[in-house]
Amino acid sequence: MTEALIAALFVFVLASFIGFEVINKIPPTLHTPLMSGSNAISGIAVLGAIVAAGAKDTSVSVILGLIAVVLATINVVAGFLVTDRMLQMFKKKEIKA
Amino acid sequence: MSNFLPTGIQLTYLVAASLFILGLKKLGSPATARNGNIVAAVGMLLAIAATMLDQHVLNYQMILLGLAIGSGIGAIVAYKVQMTEMPQMVGLLNGLGGAASALVAVAEFWRLLDSSQSIPLDVNISILLDVLIGGVTFTGSFLAFAKLQGLISGSPITFPFQQPFNLLLLAAYVVGSVYLIITPDSLPIFLGVVGVSLVLGVMFVIPIGGGDMPVVISLLNSLSGVAAAAAGFVVMNNMLIIAGALVGASGLILTEIMCKAMNRSLFSVLFSAFGTGSSSGGAAASGGATDQTVRSIDAEEGAMMLGYARSVVIVPGYGMAVAQAQHSVRELSDQLEKMGVDVKYAIHPVAGRMPGHMNVLLAEANVPYTQLYDMDDINPQFEQADVALVIGANDVVNPAARSDKNSPIYGMPILEVDRAKQTIVIKRGMSTGFAGVDNELFYKDKTTMLFGSAKDMVAKLVSEVKQL
Repeated sequence: MTEALIAALFVFVLASFIGFEVINKIPPTLHTPLMSGSNAISGIAVLGAIVAAGAKDTSVSVILGLIAVVLATINVVAGFLVTDRMLQMFKKKEIKA
Repeated sequence: MSNFLPTGIQLTYLVAASLFILGLKKLGSPATARNGNIVAAVGMLLAIAATMLDQHVLNYQMILLGLAIGSGIGAIVAYKVQMTEMPQMVGLLNGLGGAASALVAVAEFWRLLDSSQSIPLDVNISILLDVLIGGVTFTGSFLAFAKLQGLISGSPITFPFQQPFNLLLLAAYVVGSVYLIITPDSLPIFLGVVGVSLVLGVMFVIPIGGGDMPVVISLLNSLSGVAAAAAGFVVMNNMLIIAGALVGASGLILTEIMCKAMNRSLFSVLFSAFGTGSSSGGAAASGGATDQTVRSIDAEEGAMMLGYARSVVIVPGYGMAVAQAQHSVRELSDQLEKMGVDVKYAIHPVAGRMPGHMNVLLAEANVPYTQLYDMDDINPQFEQADVALVIGANDVVNPAARSDKNSPIYGMPILEVDRAKQTIVIKRGMSTGFAGVDNELFYKDKTTMLFGSAKDMVAKLVSEVKQL
């Protein structure tokens, strides 16, 4: 159990460093789409929610899991879609009229 | 739950995590950003599909129904939201993510309690941390949403003994957690800890004023990621840990950038209730200080200055966005470009209500992103500019930040419009900005004021420029 915990901590710390490296290079112009996009990624909690809701018999934890599935899915779907909506507006200079 | 998942699922997670990192990387340039978002979305789809194959998941119909309901609501929200409302939207979504993470922890606690297994120490600690971070993200984000949406007053709310009360709450959380670590099977205490976490989220955002919202939204964004990672520790799922860590890091970077741009430390944003009465006090002070002269012109004169300039730098502030003047501003810049004027936009990092907000608003009005310049890029260029046109911005162009050591905004990075040969400021009146300080820019010889609402005034400028 502790071994698994240590391994998980390794993953967490290394992923954080990757996050810092990748995101540090993003220009301010794109900060809002970055935020809503990363926001959608944080909806990854949906995986935990699915596992929690997946038990066979209906219990409190299954119901809580199902609520979490709905909330996290809203987060994921709305996050990615609204980011796409924003990014399609970013255009280069069009041919001058 | 501690057993590792089957190899196939794990490998799919590995692919999904790589897609997330790739997608975030592609978000770094406007040319590839849209593609990057799609790559990340594919990663999410893969991760969800793989999880459905988990042997613990038996209850498919209900989960599929939940996914469908969530997708439906999400799609509607995403297409209905106005671009000016993006900060609220992101705030709300942060809250939902935080709530989902906290619910995962509560569900896991309940499951372990029902199955009358003993709860291992590390799982217990992960659950408690997830409940705290997720709970704070949930209620804090909803409060931030309510403030930004105008459902409750955006000004800081303070009351006597606020800090001691917060410390008491924190102490209650710690005591409850320690109790649960010693005797893990006490449901009432656990629910109490959940409740305290939720109240802490409210207390965290309540004293923070509207002007500091960009910082708060960024910080909550980071927390929603950390909450997801904490949920990953609860159910021992690497995918959650990786994705959560990525988002946590990204939110933290944005928080730091916002703090720097506002010349404030994170500590002072969170604990000092900035602008508590200083807006009224500042306004009174400025009333007293206006014995200096202000040069006011009309739209016709302004149009002449702009039309015969070689280069113009437009400085949009949130006032422009509130007035929905961005489309008129674009019309103006098109008109000027037709006459051979070189037009650039100077964007201060806190020009909107969240990081990069102004860029999105201008993009929506079809301003090409190649015309938008960040503060560091445009500042050296102001000296070559014939006219700087300030629309609905105040504190971010106040030279006092550079020169007046006594000013509350001293040291804040500003757009140096006073270095341009001429400056035109479009403004309703002489009121002060968020910081509540008078702006000496308005009294400079090179500065002329166009008094009026941003939308009307820019529209007038457009028609006057057309007649040149």
